Amino acid sequence: MTSMSVPQTMRAERRLPALRHLATLLGALIVGAALLIAIFAPYLVPHDPFAQDLNLRLIPPFWMDGSQPMHLLGTDQLGRDYLSRLIYGTRVSMLIGVLTVIASGLIGITLGILGGFYGGRTDDLVMFLITCRLSIPLILVALTVVALVGSSLTVVILTLGLLLWDRFAVVARATTMQLRSLDYIAAAQAAGASRAHVLLREVLPNIAHHLVVVATLEMALAILLEAALSFLGLGVPPPLPSWGLMIAEAKEYMFFSPWVIMIPGVALFVLVLGINLLGDGLRDMLGAELQR
Amino acid sequence: MTSSMTEPVLSIANLRVAFGARTEAVRGLSLTVGRGKTHCMVGESGCGKSISALSLMNLLPRGATRSADHIRFQGQDLLGLSDREMARLRGDKIAMIFQEPMTSLNPAYTTGSQMAEVFERHRRTTRRQAMDRADELLARVGITAPGMRLGQYPHQLSGGLRQRVMIAMALMCDPELLIADEPTTALDVTVQAQLLRLLQTLQQELGLALLLITHDLGIVARMAHRVSVMYAGQVVESGTVSEVFAAPTHPYTRGLMACIPVPGTTRTGEPLGSIPGVVPRIPPGFVGCGFRDRCDFATPDCAQTVPLRGAGSDHSYLCRLPPDGTRVAAA
Repeated sequence: MTSMSVPQTMRAERRLPALRHLATLLGALIVGAALLIAIFAPYLVPHDPFAQDLNLRLIPPFWMDGSQPMHLLGTDQLGRDYLSRLIYGTRVSMLIGVLTVIASGLIGITLGILGGFYGGRTDDLVMFLITCRLSIPLILVALTVVALVGSSLTVVILTLGLLLWDRFAVVARATTMQLRSLDYIAAAQAAGASRAHVLLREVLPNIAHHLVVVATLEMALAILLEAALSFLGLGVPPPLPSWGLMIAEAKEYMFFSPWVIMIPGVALFVLVLGINLLGDGLRDMLGAELQR
Repeated sequence: MTSSMTEPVLSIANLRVAFGARTEAVRGLSLTVGRGKTHCMVGESGCGKSISALSLMNLLPRGATRSADHIRFQGQDLLGLSDREMARLRGDKIAMIFQEPMTSLNPAYTTGSQMAEVFERHRRTTRRQAMDRADELLARVGITAPGMRLGQYPHQLSGGLRQRVMIAMALMCDPELLIADEPTTALDVTVQAQLLRLLQTLQQELGLALLLITHDLGIVARMAHRVSVMYAGQVVESGTVSEVFAAPTHPYTRGLMACIPVPGTTRTGEPLGSIPGVVPRIPPGFVGCGFRDRCDFATPDCAQTVPLRGAGSDHSYLCRLPPDGTRVAAA
C-alpha cells in the first residue's frame, strides 16, 4: 500500500519549481509588493498626493542635482509629490486590474463552462458570442464607450470587464469539454448531485488552475489598457493619480525633465512584467503537475 | 419468472434507447432484479449494457432518448419521476459504481469530503456525522486506517483502494439497488478477486439488489443468480446462471463461452474460439436477428421477426433454432 511519505514528496515536488524559478519568485514579489502598497497606500505616502505647491514644481528625483530630501522622486508640474502620486497610482492600477479580472472572469467562466459542459446549441451560442467579442476592436470600443458615458473609475472597470472575458471563456470551455466525459462527473450525477453542484463543485475546481493563469494575463492587459485610456484622456479622470495619466501629463515636460515620464513608465513596466512572470511561472508549475 | 419471490426491487419492461433516428442502442430490454439477488448483464463492448444502466438512472448522454413500458423500482415507476425526484433517488436508494476507478473520484477533493457530501445531501446531516459514517464504511470495505484515507486525495490511492472507496461511497445511504458497471475491469486479477468477494459479502449482509455489468463470463459464473446475455441492444438469452451455463442455447452465448480458455481442457496451441466481426450499429425499425451477420447458423429466415423461446424452467432465448443440440451450420 502507499506509504505515509507519499504526500510529503508530492508537496515538495510541487513547491520546488516555484522556488527554483527565480523569475516566478521575482514576479510574485513584485505583485505582492504592489498589492501591499495598494492596500496600505494612505499609510505609506510621505505627502498628500493631491496637495499642490507651485513653488516646488518639477523638482528632480534623489539621484539628480537639485533634488530635495523631502521629495524622494521629485514633484510634478503642479508641485505634487511624485512618490505619493506613484503610490496612489499603484492603487488605481491594482484596483482596475483586480476588479476587471473579477468582472471579466465571471462572464467568461460562466459562458465557457456552460458551453463546454452542455455542448450543442448552448455551445454554438457561446462560440458565437466569443467570435463576436473577438471581432470587436478593444481599444476603439473602450474609447467610444468612455467618451459617450464619461470617464470614471467605475466606467473604466465595467468597460474593460465587459470586453476582456474572451480568453476566460475560451479556456474554460476547452478545459470543461475535456472534463465532462470523465467518470467523476457522471459519478457525481449518479450520486444525486444537482446541475449547479456539478458545474460549481465538480467542474470549476478542476479547471481553476488554468483560469488562474488566464487571470494573470488579463490583469496585466487590463492595467495596460487603463494606462492607455488614461493617457488618451479617457480613462481615470484627473486629479486621481493613475500611471497612465501621469505619463500623459508628463509628456509636455519630457524634453527638459525626462524623469517625469520615466518614473511612471518604469513603474508600469515593472508591475506588468511582474504579473506576466508570475503567470508564466504558475503555468509552468501547473503544467508540471498535470504531467504527473 | 421468479414467482416465488415477492415484488422485485427493479423490474424493467421493454426498455428502448435511441440516439436520434440512426441508432437504436437498446431494443426492448426486460429484466428483473430481486432483493438480495445479483443479475448480471454480459456481452461485448458496444452491445448496450452501460447505456441500459445509464438510462435507468436517467443519465443518458445528449441526444439519447429512452422509452419503456415501465421501469419499476420498489413499486414506483421511474419513468414518471421529475428530474428533481430522480436526483433525490440517485445516490440514495439507487447507487452506481463506475468502471474506471482512476477517474471516478474527483481529484480536487479528499475522499472523505466526497463521501460525506453524498450523505449530507441525502440525509441532511452535519459534516461530522457524515464523516463518521464514511469512516465506518471505509472500514467495512476492508480499508485499514480509514481515518487516514479520509484525509487523502484520490491520487494518493491505488486503483484497488479507489474502487473500494467508490463501493463505500455507493453504500453511504444504504441503497436498495446497486448498479456496478464493470467495477473490476480496470484492476488486476488479485484485486479483482478481492473486490468481487467484497461485493458478494456486502450484498448478502445488506440484502442489496445488484445489477452487475460485465463482459467476463467468469465473473458471471461466480457472482450472478440470473444472467442476461446482451447482443446489439437485445437480451438474446436469459435465465438462472445454472441453466444458462449448463445449456447455452443462443449461438452468441455459445460463441462467448467458446472464447474462454479452460485450464486443463484447452491445450496449448489450440486456437480459442472467436466470433468474427463486430457488434453492428442497428437503426430503429430493424427486423430480425441482430446477430445474423456473424452467426454460423444464419439462414434467410433470420431476417424475419425472431421468436422468444423457452429452454427450461427459467431460461429463454431469442433465436429461430430449437433448444436441442441438433443444428446444422449454413453453407
